[in-house]
Parts: sequence; C-alpha cells; structure tokens
Amino acid sequence: MRSIKLNVKRYDPEAQESHYQEYVLDVEDSETVLDALIKIREYIDETLGVRCSCRSAICGSCAMRVNGHARLACKSKVVDLSANGDTITIEPMGNMKPIKDLVADMSIFWAKMRQVQPYLKAHQPPPEKESIASNAAMHNLVGAKNCIMCGACVSDCASLAVDETFIGPAALAKAYRFVDDPRETETARDERLRELSKPSGIWDCTHCYECVQVCPKDVAPMERIVDIRRAAMEAGYKDNNGSRHSDSFARSVKKSGWLDELRLVPESLGFDDIGAQLQYVPLAIKSVLKGKMPPIIHHKRPGAEHVSRIFEELEKD
Amino acid sequence: MYHHDVLVIGAGLAGMRAAIEAFRMGADVAVMSKVHPVRSHSNAAQGGINAAMGGEGSEDTWEVHAYDTVKGSDWLGDQDSIEIMAKEAPQDIYELEHMGVIFARDDYGRLATRAFGGATNQRTFFVGDITGQAILQVMYEQLMKSGMRVYEEWFALSLIKTDGAVTGVVAMDIISGDVQVVQAKSVILATGGIGRVYEPSTNGLICTGDGMALAYYAGAPLMDMEMVQYHPTTLKGNGALLTEGARGEGAYLITSEGERFMQRYAPNKLELASRDVVSRSEHTEIQEGRGIDGCVFLDCRHLGEKLIMEKLYQIYELALDFANVDIVKDPCPIRPGMHYIMGGIKTDTDGATSVPGLYAAGECANVSIHGGNRLGANSLLETVVFGRRTGVAATNRALSQAKLNGADEGSLIEEQRGRFRDLMDRSYPGFTAAKLRLEMGVTMDKNISVFRTDEGMRETLGIIRGLKEQFGKVSVQDKGKVYNWNLMSVLELEYMLDVAETIAIGAVARKESRGAHARTDFPERDDKDWMKHTLVYNSPDGPMIDYSPVSITQWPPERRVY
Repeated sequence: MRSIKLNVKRYDPEAQESHYQEYVLDVEDSETVLDALIKIREYIDETLGVRCSCRSAICGSCAMRVNGHARLACKSKVVDLSANGDTITIEPMGNMKPIKDLVADMSIFWAKMRQVQPYLKAHQPPPEKESIASNAAMHNLVGAKNCIMCGACVSDCASLAVDETFIGPAALAKAYRFVDDPRETETARDERLRELSKPSGIWDCTHCYECVQVCPKDVAPMERIVDIRRAAMEAGYKDNNGSRHSDSFARSVKKSGWLDELRLVPESLGFDDIGAQLQYVPLAIKSVLKGKMPPIIHHKRPGAEHVSRIFEELEKD
Repeated sequence: MYHHDVLVIGAGLAGMRAAIEAFRMGADVAVMSKVHPVRSHSNAAQGGINAAMGGEGSEDTWEVHAYDTVKGSDWLGDQDSIEIMAKEAPQDIYELEHMGVIFARDDYGRLATRAFGGATNQRTFFVGDITGQAILQVMYEQLMKSGMRVYEEWFALSLIKTDGAVTGVVAMDIISGDVQVVQAKSVILATGGIGRVYEPSTNGLICTGDGMALAYYAGAPLMDMEMVQYHPTTLKGNGALLTEGARGEGAYLITSEGERFMQRYAPNKLELASRDVVSRSEHTEIQEGRGIDGCVFLDCRHLGEKLIMEKLYQIYELALDFANVDIVKDPCPIRPGMHYIMGGIKTDTDGATSVPGLYAAGECANVSIHGGNRLGANSLLETVVFGRRTGVAATNRALSQAKLNGADEGSLIEEQRGRFRDLMDRSYPGFTAAKLRLEMGVTMDKNISVFRTDEGMRETLGIIRGLKEQFGKVSVQDKGKVYNWNLMSVLELEYMLDVAETIAIGAVARKESRGAHARTDFPERDDKDWMKHTLVYNSPDGPMIDYSPVSITQWPPERRVY
C-alpha cells in the first residue's frame, strides 16, 4: 500500500469551466491509474466522470492524458508513474472537447474513421466458401487490426492540433488495413490510394512519432501511414506535394549525400505552380535576412558516392 | 419521440449481427447501446469461434459438434437449438470472412483451426487471441457502411408495453441526461452478460444484466440462471481472462510441484476437458494445498516464443502488464474466475421471447445451447447464428405490423424523471451503490460459484434480499444531468440485484449436480427429476419458479466423462 496524489482535471459541463482537483488515496503497488480513479468515484467522489469497462486494455474506453501524454488508464501502473510519491496529473484526451471531467467527445474520431470508408471492398458476389489468402498476408494486417479505437493517437497528434481537416493517425491506420488486404479489389484499392493522397491525407503527417509513442497496442499509426505512402507512390499517385517532396529529398541525398534545401521547396510544390511558389517568397527573403539561406551552389559531400551505393543497393529489391 | 421497425438494444456481436440482418431485409432498424459499439464486451472473447467444416484431413461433422455441445451442456442444452447452431455454423463463419475478418490461414490459404476445450475434433477458427475484437470491429465496419442510426451511449430504462406486446423503450441519453422514447414494432435485447453481479469477474464493468432485468420486468421468464460459468484460467491479481486457446495450443495446467494434475481428473481430454470440469479440478487442487496463494499455474513455456508471439500475443501482454509474469519464461498463476452465464431470457430458436414483440440474442438470451456448461468458442458462434436468426424473425414481425399508435410520451418520460428525482432527493450520504454491489458480488462468488452447498446458497439469497431492502436507501451524490455515472450505477444496481435473486433462487431449487451447478450435498446428476429447465418469473408477490422440459432429438443422456 502506498499513498498517492492524483491531480485530476475536472470539467463542469453546466458551468462550462475546468479546474484541477487533488485526490489523495491509498493504492496497492499492482494497481493502475484506472483502479485509482474507480476507487475515487466509488468511495471518495461519486461525481467524477470517467469512461471505463474491461480493465484489461481491450475495450479502449479509458484513454486520457496521464502526465501530459495519452495513455490507457488501465494500462498505467501507479507505481511506475509515482515511484517517489510524485503527483500524477490526469486530464482528458486532447484534440477533442471534454463532455464531463475525463469523458471526451470522440465524435471527431469517428467522423474521420467514416471518412476513409472503413470496410472491405471485396469482389462481389463473394466466393461460396472462404476467400483464399496466405496466412502471412492475414498476419500482416494484425498489427493494424490490434487497434482498439481508444483515441490516444488522435489525442496527441501534432498535425491534428493545427489542422482539423487532417484525417489523422487512427483512421489512416485503419485505411492501411484495407489497402494491404489481398481480398480488396484492385479498383477499390486504387480508389483509396488516390483519395488518401489528396490534401488532409497521408502527406499531412509530420513524422513527429507521437502516435507511435502513445499507442497502447503497438499499432504504430505513423508507420502505417508511411506504408500507404509507399503503396500510393508505387500506384503512380505522385502528383502531390508530399510525394514530390519525398522524391526530391531522396534524389538530392542520393546524388550529393545531403539535402539540397533550395531545390526541395520548388520541387515539392511543382515548378509549374507559380502561385504556390510565390507564397514562399516572403519566407525566402526572411531566411536571407537572418542568414539562414542555404548555399546557392549545392556541392557534393565527401563520400557521397557511398551514400549513392546504399541507394542503389536498396533500389535493387 | 423516435420510431423504427426494429430496435436492437446492445451493440455487441449478437446485437450488431441482428441489426445488419434487419437492414439487409429492408427494415428501418436502429441500434441503442450504453457504450460505443466497439467498447462492447464481445471484444474480450479471445480464443475463437467454432464450426464443423470438415476440410483438409478433418472428419468433423455438424453432428459431432452438436454432440460435443450436448455433452458439454451436461444434457441441459436443447438439442433442437444445438442442431440448428451446428448446422448453420459454417455459412456464418464464411460470411464473417467475406465481411473482412482476418482469420488465421493454413498452408493452403484456407481458414485454419485450433483445438479447444470439450471438442472431439479441432474446429475453432481464430484471429490470434483477439478473435472477438477482430469480429466486433468488422461488424461495426458493416454498421458504419449501412449508415443506420446508432443511439450511442443511451441507457435503456424501461420497455414500453401496449396490449401485451412490447412496442419500444424509454431510455436516457447519457451524454445529455435527457429521457427519450423510442418506439419500435420489434425490440431485440442483446445486452450481454451479468459479470458485475459477481466480484471478481472477467467481465467488463458494463456487464450488468440490463436486458435480462428489462425482459424479466416485462414478464418474460429467465431460464437456468443458476448456470454460471467459472473460467479455469483467470489471472491472479486483476482476474483478467487468459484464453482457453493457450491450452488449445498445448499449454499445461500444473501444480506448485509441476504436476499436470488434469491427468487425475480427465485422463482423455486433460487440460481440454470442459470448463466446469477443469475449474472444479483446479479448485480441488488449490483446496488440498497443491497451489500457491490460491492459484495453480498455466504453463506455456514449451510452446516457444515464436508461437506465443504470433498466436497468444494478447495474453502474453496481459500476464506481463497485470501479473508481472513473462509466460515465455515462467508459469503463470491462475485460478477459476466468474466468466459467463449460460442462463438468460428464454427464447425459441428464432430469438422470440414469450412476450410478443420482444426478442433476445447472445449472452442475455437463453436459446439453450449451453445448458449447464458452455464450451469455449461456442459463445461467439451463438452470437452470429442466433443474432442473424433473431434479426430475421424480428424484422418479419415488424414488417407485418400496422403502424404503431403514438405512445403517451409525456407520461412515460415523467415516470422515469420521477424515479430520478426520488433517488436524487434521498438524504446524502445513504448507502452507496458501490458498497451494495460489492457485498452482492462477494457473496455470489463465495456461495454460488465452483462448488455450492444448500447452506451457502441460502445465506447468499438472504443477503441479496437484505440488499434489496437497503437499496431503498441508496443515495446519489451527483445531481448533474450530463454523463451522470453515479445515477446510472444506481439504476444498474437495481437490475443486478433482481438478476442475482433469480440466480440464487434457481440454484437453491436445483437439487442435483449438473454442469456448472456442482453441489456438495447433491453430488450426482439426477436425470429422473432434474433434466428440466428452471424458469423464474417476476410477479407482484416476488419471483415465481417453474420448470420446462429439455428438448432431446437424438442424444439421450449418458455418463459424462472427459
């Protein structure tokens, strides 16, 4: 038994105001943040709002921010968070509005999920028995399929925080599950890749890795997004800033061993899009004035040929 | 006020499957659930779903599957229902596959199986050890695709009856706190189990027997409620479920000395005897001092890291997170824990209850597949086969009915609001719902569990009746409208106390040992007097008990040996 302090962010929906409330209670070393919250609502303060059910990291109900990062409360041992009796701070998920206390409004999460048409589009009519598929192909999908829709990745997504239109990590990981399913028709897969390559889709992820870090089920949404990007480019969906950026980046590093920043912007935007190019003029001027202008002549780095060889080796596959 | 042809209450596998069938048949169908559909407890089913499909080198037939199920039920399952399930199982599994479930495959790319308890042949189809979750999510994908209305986070308060038939439900929108009326020509209850009636239980906190209580209040009998399953492998500590699939893949059960004790109890099936048999064996070993700290051990070490990581990954994580045990390296302490209720709302083979317009499917129903003991991986199967059949029957009825007369919305809502006011106006602090629930759960687990005695069961029945009196003094601290968990926990407690009473009454009355109902004072099965179903009806004078015969088609009772 140890005494712990939880600093819980409360939200009163009727007064529409938030405040922090401290609870002090005794817990066993084996207990989780969720166990502590349940004790609070059952024996200390019955007004505390929190969603929870399975207590085994399966139902996905209890995602919330614990010490600043989204986690499942039922998978967060108190002793790991408060070894020295530090106060644990509990807040509702981010990028969503609170409904009451730790209960967040997940409608944005589900809206984005519906946006990717999250269901298998297989050949019709279906075969009389099962569709034949390899175990490896099915097993590949299990990573993405492990997702329990808890919302942790959406809560802490840095891109979503500044751009509400971004489809976001959970829905894109879900989309990957169909893109990589051998039962999906070619037409449907192609259609998905085209849609996902549009603005607000796969290229709007900024690689901050936060979703990989906070996902309690090792879905690694960002890696799934990268998988879709690869599939989309292979399918020929390269007429967008993201894939041009990716190509330009790779081309430059392959050739010179380092990034040619001066070419990156125009190549990403496309040389023919004068309007988009012009938008970057003020930034370029500011960079020059602050002495941040990249060199006009982009020289090869010593040993660049070794970098080229790495590319050539990888491209063989 | 809202109107639909068919309203499904509960959005686990049975509920969603029923709704999808109604949608396909062209009904205006809606689903209501007190949690978002993907939070439903079907998620927690790990090991798999049964079907006898024959296939490469298998001699399995539907008859063998049906016989195994009859034997598993200890001859209390209705054989007509069991035959339907075993025959229709393959087509329902193919359908799940077509919807998108990523079942494991064999070397030919066909669906793969694993062994499971109580089964003569290997017939359990699976997705790692997340089968329930994988199917639930695909079912929800189909729901999203249909675009049907989902009353998400709505809590059912009362069924509406008009001229003896159910015509809708009064419910609370949990988020806003508003009370609403939803009319429907057919109502399907698919609210799952009753785990919270027990403490501890493998079930989620949402499993509070809501649908059983609603049906009971509406006049439908609850059947074989005394049949409560204890799962043999629940984790020491938080009581989480570790799948029977582990034993299906070859894991052992061992004593503190490393002995595979099932050799002494079930020399043929060993660890894969039916669950009631394994749980009793474990209990005996622990009582006789061959366990440690109230547990025996699940030993997966010889399965190897590769198999564990591919097929048993979730329980690897659960054991590591919640008991600090690496199952690749060490035996894991486990014990029997309350897991499932075979009993439920009595239905016919199309999910119809005795009340017109009211249907039930899944764990809350009792179409009498499982009888005295459920076989592993038959519950997921029950949800899809009988979810579908119930969807068909409920839709057929709804589409043949004339338009419903408008309900008296105002008075229905006012009745519930009045109930809320009464609860909120009680002096605070009275009894808390949590305290009463804990007392109920502890006594149920003490006396109506793996082994039972007349004295113990009567003690529990007395305690439950005492708690029902104390319920009148339960207070609600939270006076707010929005997401008032406190109020909901009191309403759920009322449901649970009534359900608990039916369990205790059925258990005291059944003077024999059959399936999960193992009495030390009546250790033998008594087919002459007790091969019959227990029915408990709600009446103004309290619960009323009655009996009905078991359907026998082709498998007369035999001695049950594994």
